Amino acid sequence: MRAFTRGLIGIAVFLALWELLGRSPLLPADALPPPSLVFGELVAQLTSPEFISHVVATVLAVLIAIAIAIAIAVPSGLVLGSIPAVRHATRAVIEFLRPIPSVALIPLALVVLGFGPETKITLAVYAALWPILFNTIYALDELDPLLVETSRVFGTGRVGVLFRVALPSALPFVLTGIRLAATTALIVMVSVELMAGSQIGLGYFIMEARSGPGRMDQVLVGTVVAGAIGVLLNSGLERVRRRWVAW
Amino acid sequence: MSNMLEVADLGHTYGDYEAIGGLTFNVRAGELVCVVGPSGCGKSTLLRTISGLIAPSRGDVSLHGSHLAVVFQDYQRSLFPWLTVQGNVEFPLRSLPRAERRSRAAEALAWVGLSAAAKKRPWQLSGGMQQRVAIARALAYRPALLLMDEPFASVDAQTRFELEDLLLRVRREHDTTVLVVTHDIDESVYLGDRILVLSGSPAKLVADLEVPLPAERDQVTTRTDEAFVALRSKVARLLNVGGKPTLDVDKWAAAERESLSETVSS
Amino acid sequence: MNKFLQRWTVFAGLIVVWQLAGMAADDPFFPPPSEIVTAAWEWWVLEPQNVTEHILPSIGRLLSGWAIASVIGVALGLLLGRSDRAMEYAGPLLVFLRSIPPPALVPVFLLLFRGGTSMQLATIVFGVIWPVLLNTVDGARSVDVTKVDTSAVFRIPRHQWILGVVLPAASPKIFAGLRVSLSLSLVLMVISELVGTDNGIGSQLMTAQREFDYTRMWAGIVLLGVLGYGLNTALLAVERRALAWQPRSRDEQHA
Repeated sequence: MRAFTRGLIGIAVFLALWELLGRSPLLPADALPPPSLVFGELVAQLTSPEFISHVVATVLAVLIAIAIAIAIAVPSGLVLGSIPAVRHATRAVIEFLRPIPSVALIPLALVVLGFGPETKITLAVYAALWPILFNTIYALDELDPLLVETSRVFGTGRVGVLFRVALPSALPFVLTGIRLAATTALIVMVSVELMAGSQIGLGYFIMEARSGPGRMDQVLVGTVVAGAIGVLLNSGLERVRRRWVAW
Repeated sequence: MSNMLEVADLGHTYGDYEAIGGLTFNVRAGELVCVVGPSGCGKSTLLRTISGLIAPSRGDVSLHGSHLAVVFQDYQRSLFPWLTVQGNVEFPLRSLPRAERRSRAAEALAWVGLSAAAKKRPWQLSGGMQQRVAIARALAYRPALLLMDEPFASVDAQTRFELEDLLLRVRREHDTTVLVVTHDIDESVYLGDRILVLSGSPAKLVADLEVPLPAERDQVTTRTDEAFVALRSKVARLLNVGGKPTLDVDKWAAAERESLSETVSS
Repeated sequence: MNKFLQRWTVFAGLIVVWQLAGMAADDPFFPPPSEIVTAAWEWWVLEPQNVTEHILPSIGRLLSGWAIASVIGVALGLLLGRSDRAMEYAGPLLVFLRSIPPPALVPVFLLLFRGGTSMQLATIVFGVIWPVLLNTVDGARSVDVTKVDTSAVFRIPRHQWILGVVLPAASPKIFAGLRVSLSLSLVLMVISELVGTDNGIGSQLMTAQREFDYTRMWAGIVLLGVLGYGLNTALLAVERRALAWQPRSRDEQHA
């Protein structure tokens, strides 16, 4: 039996347990619709243009957030990683900012930025910054001093070393950071949509399904699709990392 | 003298690659036997089958005693960095009462001259000292047979001489039965009471030679002894040193990988 | 000492800048630090019942959720990590489950557990178990062949194999996972309190926002930052002790 088949069996067993649990009288009625119902609803939703627009809105917002986070975190990471004085000086600030959970900023972001997509993108950027920033700094720390010295000997300047030596050798770590950041950004995005009531997005779909008609099957459809997006983002970025970092 | 280990028609095959082709030999109680053969001739497979890490394809291994110990070549990996030196020596003794564990470990560490290092971590010691810890651990287990897999191949020449003499002293003092697997001809002659010469893949027994040297050996005089020189030349000729290599590197590498993945995890 | 000064000077400097800017701008959304500190003092020191009714229960839920997830994650991770077969069955499922944003399941947990502490614990556990579990699997797999062989040769009992070999070998990875999941616990604690209950730091944040009390809102945010910093520092201290056996640098380690 191949690993792939075994993986499918694992998922099938999980679905069977869920089906049993969903149909058992032990749970409150309709709290956990079985997968057979959820699957039917999933098919129905996937053909609905409205649902697709929710999915597209979330995915787009996540991609924008990741792009902004990269644009901020990679240069900052390069500066902090290559100039120790700056890093020591800002360390206390960073160590204090990092643990502030992005969701705690929801109330603040709502009053400052309003209910538009700016709020959820800003919060997702805030959450996605850290993994990229820390992985970039870490990568520069791990940089082989011999490599730097070699290129300095050949007359490469400080900036040249940064772009031609440091950045390429830091790339694998940075890409890992981006992969982690993407997962985080998706989680924050859906959470903010769910709690801060933006007007569109998967989280909004889930909240609507729950608070309006109490359609738990739709809640689970949204959850499953969010999970699937997560898997795709993760494996896609992993593939990018493997292709780029062939050395 | 009674036999401690009896190996009868032992053979092992990975897929269609035959690593060992029917080996028969005995190790008598209190004896130190060296198995010498070219790199990749199936010595590792032999050691793994004898120690029970893999089941042989055919043949029998019978040990007249309850358990055996192994000293591996890679001391850095075979010692546990999270345990102290003493903790490492006590590692196989967990079923014993605490006091007995302590005294056995202290005793074994004294044998290898490491009593002072008991509280240190293995990685704080030099390579040679780490291998001594591994030897102490094996001795504390009081094995019926001590197996050693290229035990001194990863230390420098000076340390190697020291460890060889340590092994000779310890096994004489405690009457331990030892089987050393090595690719080093000089080492096999210097250490052994008997030498089993293996041919390359599949491993077959080419010769079973008694070593005509006194029990007391010395790195300088023994190595210049005529009997020593004659025997090492003989072993070298048997191993066809300088002749054509008989080893299929690819096949060997594949077999090696296989032997690792086949390990029975406890 | 010099580094210490360097670190905190910039920190203090930023606070001063914020104070001055806040006073100059006089913007209700961005109060100066002095007002935030005053609000925090009034809120939590002058009214200590706010600490016992909101902050302590929050911390309690955070820590118990994290502890439950850690125990399950490590135990399951050790089992899965030592069996390639089991990992083949469970792997794809784990990858999918880990990708589900935990807040999306809050509605389900709300119904299943009828709100309250058990629902919040379920949310935290489901959200933070993955880093611990996957890191433990990774660590348990990394036990090298020589250690596996050594343990097999000495025929150590099964509990010694799991607790004495696999667990310590995996512990550096496990701690990395524990740290990630601890900071995630803080996030999920807030999320579960924003919807599920009327007590806890998260619900107080929401209340402050609804009452347009932005200074208290800021005080809540700062409190969460301090809490996260403190928890992480505490765990790092534990980690340093627990992993003291690791060779600290190449110089200390003989070749």
